[in-house]
Amino acid sequence: MMEFTLWDVVRNLLLAARWTIALSLTAFVLGGVVGLVVLFGRVSKSKRLRVAAMGYIELFQGTPLLMQLFLAFFGLSLLGLPTSPWFAAALALTLWTSAFLAEIWRGCVEAVPRGQWEASASLAMGYLQQMRYVILPQALRVTIAPTIGFSVQVIKGTALASIIGFTELSKASTIITNATFKPFTVYAVTALLYFALCWPLSAWSHRLERKLGAAHRH
Amino acid sequence: MPLIAIEGLHKRFGSNEVLKGIDLGIEAGEVVAIIGKSGSGKSTLLRCMNGLEAYQAGKITVEGTPVTQDETDLRHLRLRVGMIFQQFNLFPHLTAGRNVMLAPMIVKGTAEAEARTIAAKVLERVGLGQKFDAFPDQLSGGQQQRVAIARALAMEPRALLCDEITSALDPELVNEVLQVVKGLAQDGMTLAMVTHEMRFARDVCDRVIFMHLGKVHEIGPPSEVFSNPRTPELQQFLGQLH
Repeated sequence: MMEFTLWDVVRNLLLAARWTIALSLTAFVLGGVVGLVVLFGRVSKSKRLRVAAMGYIELFQGTPLLMQLFLAFFGLSLLGLPTSPWFAAALALTLWTSAFLAEIWRGCVEAVPRGQWEASASLAMGYLQQMRYVILPQALRVTIAPTIGFSVQVIKGTALASIIGFTELSKASTIITNATFKPFTVYAVTALLYFALCWPLSAWSHRLERKLGAAHRH
Repeated sequence: MPLIAIEGLHKRFGSNEVLKGIDLGIEAGEVVAIIGKSGSGKSTLLRCMNGLEAYQAGKITVEGTPVTQDETDLRHLRLRVGMIFQQFNLFPHLTAGRNVMLAPMIVKGTAEAEARTIAAKVLERVGLGQKFDAFPDQLSGGQQQRVAIARALAMEPRALLCDEITSALDPELVNEVLQVVKGLAQDGMTLAMVTHEMRFARDVCDRVIFMHLGKVHEIGPPSEVFSNPRTPELQQFLGQLH
């Protein structure tokens, strides 16, 4: 029987962690873009857009991410569309992320006082100009900390992609466990790697929250 | 024809009728004070004039064009009618100068250099030429309100609506703002102001409108309205102030 050293375990997990990072980044960046679109719908003047955006957010917040991954993975192939674990995972996580980010950002946009809307409207600015030059720059300050905080949830969420067969950190640790018969060592290293990814973000978010929460505004 | 003409204006918030049939004309160059108890509808009337509040019945026209809730009409209206608020509502993320430059640049398409010149000029006019690069939270309330006036002036409006613009100020800062408004009045700006500053209304305004329970209860030149109130409501209102 072949012997696996601790280094073999760590090395292989580190290689797999690249995919966790890639999937997290993809979901976070694309989710941010989609989330911005959903946000505009959510705070729009049109009731129909608001309701649609609200429905979208509720749908993704109100169902388990695991179901969303299954539906993306099996649904796409059921529709006869070519798919892969990577594509399905990226799609499901992107949509899931966008719903949460849109809702976080909505709170921040609504925290901008009404007087800012009225003052900019009174200067003959249109809706998009108000958003672009007055509302979003102010909301942005408030969004940074919770947005980075949420990125931790995205990283941990990628672990579920292992179930549809995408080989990221969690899937890799299962495979390595099966080969090494050292579940405790493997999963302990895996957990440490997740922690190494998440903790700095979480600490950064807390620091920003304190810093940006301070009184001065520019 | 008056610059701002209001006919039979009715405004409800739910089942609460706030304006119950207002008829009023404000001529170009006229300075009008709107006084009355809180809840009498005076701020709502002002906000209807630039479309911040929609109304249910009646008609408001500015230079002959009706005030509607249509987005394009509203923007066109607001190019001609500026507004200043009780809470200043400066954009906190921009300097005083940038607060003033923003709307000319993005709404009117004014080039940055020209917008800067305009901003410097209007800030000078409100006595804040040296505060161009200050952020709002580095300014006193009175200075912030003067920046807000400069910001409205930069759009070269035909009329300015002032909604209790000194009510949020410490007493010692009220005067510097009123002096600026007085200067505008002397320069011929059309002004409609909701105010509690009775002395200012008496000294500067051409006409005073006393609102009571959603209606124009009394209207006339300040000498008449203040010295010779005809209705018990106005007598009582003026009496409470002393």
